[in-house]
Amino acid sequence: MFRWLIGTIALSMVVTGALAADPVEIHIGYLGHAGIKSTLSLIQQPADNDGIAGARLAIEDNNTTGKFLNQRFTLDEIKVKDSDDVAKVATDLAGRNDYIITDLPADALLKVADALRDRGTMLLNAGAIDDRLREQDCRANVIHIAPTRSMLADALGQYLVWKQWKRWLLVTGSHDQDKLYADALRRAATRFGAKIVQERTFEDTGGARRTDSGVTLIQRQMPVFTQQAPAYDVLVAADESEVFANYLPYRTWDPRPVAGSAGLVPTSWDAAHDQWGAVQIQNRFVKLNMRRMTALDMQAWTAARTIGEATSRTNSGDPRKVIAFLKGKDFSIAAFKGTRLTLRDWNLQLRQPILLADGRMVVSVSPQEGFLHQVSELDTLGVDRPETKCKLQ
Amino acid sequence: MWRRCLLTGMLVWLAATPASAFVAYVSNEKGNTVTVIDTDSWTVTKTIKVGQRPRGIEFSRDGKFVMVAVGDDDTIQVIDTKTQEIVDTLPSGPDPELFTQDAAGKTMYVANENDNTVTVIDLEKRARLGDIQVGVEPEGMTISPDGKILINTSETTNMAHFIDTTTRQIVANVLVDSRPRFAQFKRDGSELWVSSEIGGTVSIIDPVKREVTGKITFEIPGLRNEAIQPVGIGMTKDGKTAFVALGPANRVAVVDGATHKVLKYLLVGQRVWHMDFTPDEKYLMVTNGVSNDVSVIDVAAQKVIKTIQVGELPWGITIAQP
Repeated sequence: MFRWLIGTIALSMVVTGALAADPVEIHIGYLGHAGIKSTLSLIQQPADNDGIAGARLAIEDNNTTGKFLNQRFTLDEIKVKDSDDVAKVATDLAGRNDYIITDLPADALLKVADALRDRGTMLLNAGAIDDRLREQDCRANVIHIAPTRSMLADALGQYLVWKQWKRWLLVTGSHDQDKLYADALRRAATRFGAKIVQERTFEDTGGARRTDSGVTLIQRQMPVFTQQAPAYDVLVAADESEVFANYLPYRTWDPRPVAGSAGLVPTSWDAAHDQWGAVQIQNRFVKLNMRRMTALDMQAWTAARTIGEATSRTNSGDPRKVIAFLKGKDFSIAAFKGTRLTLRDWNLQLRQPILLADGRMVVSVSPQEGFLHQVSELDTLGVDRPETKCKLQ
Repeated sequence: MWRRCLLTGMLVWLAATPASAFVAYVSNEKGNTVTVIDTDSWTVTKTIKVGQRPRGIEFSRDGKFVMVAVGDDDTIQVIDTKTQEIVDTLPSGPDPELFTQDAAGKTMYVANENDNTVTVIDLEKRARLGDIQVGVEPEGMTISPDGKILINTSETTNMAHFIDTTTRQIVANVLVDSRPRFAQFKRDGSELWVSSEIGGTVSIIDPVKREVTGKITFEIPGLRNEAIQPVGIGMTKDGKTAFVALGPANRVAVVDGATHKVLKYLLVGQRVWHMDFTPDEKYLMVTNGVSNDVSVIDVAAQKVIKTIQVGELPWGITIAQP
């Protein structure tokens, strides 16, 4: 009797196996960093799962498609602390996953890329906007989904020039990444014919971002800081460190709009973006995560969807085939930006329109009308092929 | 000579006029209205206030009603074509966008963008019969001429799903290019055409083999490739000529139905999306979202003959006899 039962079970297993082959499994890792940056505005404070939440939605979307192709996608999430050996953590993660989405600072990303160089693992940079990762420090095993600082600055620059706000007062923070953003803004001004009438530096002297009677003090400081400027149309702030930019709108000595790190901000995504079918992904995201979708969420979504898209196009679980397709000329992805997004073959940067948002609405989307290009108008944003320092290896 | 030409022209015009007395209904996505156009005089005769975000729009098979999907109100409204007023609503499921009906006009199939489902509605009982799970962001909907297969396209999954209308089960999935928006069978059932907005192509699918057998691509000199975004498709009943709306390329491509070659591009308004023929197939009307108008194309001459201002962001259009 017992033997008969075993026989039946064995038989049923064989039959099941024959009817529906096990799905092809595609394993994607997510390597983020612990610690959340502090923002001036409480409502811009990133959630603990910023980024990862977007990747999770993309895995759901990939699996909806995957059930028709017998493919199943998984997400393996890890966060590293500053004290961790990021190369070791990444190597462990690469042992279980063929692709790794990263949200890491530039130096950590380079360590990971070099540690995994001979493994065939493809990294998808969803978090770092540093131009050098696509230029002198570019790597053949890193696809960049996040836009660069220069793409963001160019997107803003095109709009300000289109608006005829060509005289900029540039205010830069005292941290390294603020200075890099200021470099990108200066480059944009030169490229598109704006003039920086004066530059000022806002020193970070420390101090808390939130205090019980902060407004009174800020209301005295900001007008004073911005007075006696030469005639200008728009104040452009470079403050990635979140020290001062969001204090500027409505407080400048002269009544002028603010752009850059506050006011009109260039970004890859905004929770208010509703064009080109974007409402659908916004709704799906809110339903899954109980909060609104940020730029980092969208970058991680696009990274995981990139793998999903290439896997369904190649109908293959073989990462070599998928990566070859990603790097080939037939790859493109739809990401609710009104146009197909493709990779720049010289540095594996994703071409993409950039939104200009004010925190409540999307004001415009760059590239602006009239900024022409012989290959793709999206290449009017950021460092173009003739200027690149990247030699992929 | 000139006078004779003019006279002949006028005679032709006079002869042609009475035959084209139809009524077109245009859904205006932003305006929350439906514009009614008389195709005899090519004038707007009425603007009907409807629910929020009207998009998919179609006559009922008996011609008595026009149904319009109002996505942000999660329903489909029914307009009586006699009174040109809203008389009913249908239980469509959340965020209905495009829909199709069977030949008898008894069953309606609705793409619900937010839910990854196709909802089946009994039109007589006004009741929801069930849902079919499909890919991410269902959009394009059509039924095979023999009524056996329902096609749904899903915009993020990038597939045309073949659904058996009897069992309501998916029987095949055909991968097409990015963001498939619209599906259309040839009348003889020999080909299924699917437009891919972001991919920039129209896939020709063999409905028997259920695989892509060809692709139509578009090239317009002086226009960047990314601006070519095919959406709406219109095909003459004989299957000989097709028209494809190319979105922000502001053009409608005229395609040879047999060879699939692009014959010419017609300049229309800005961001052209959907279209419909007058029942006599003399004219094709296309909706131009950004320029808030409708272009009228003379089908035989393959020329744009008229532009009519409608409401804000015109999206869909349906035409039938008054």
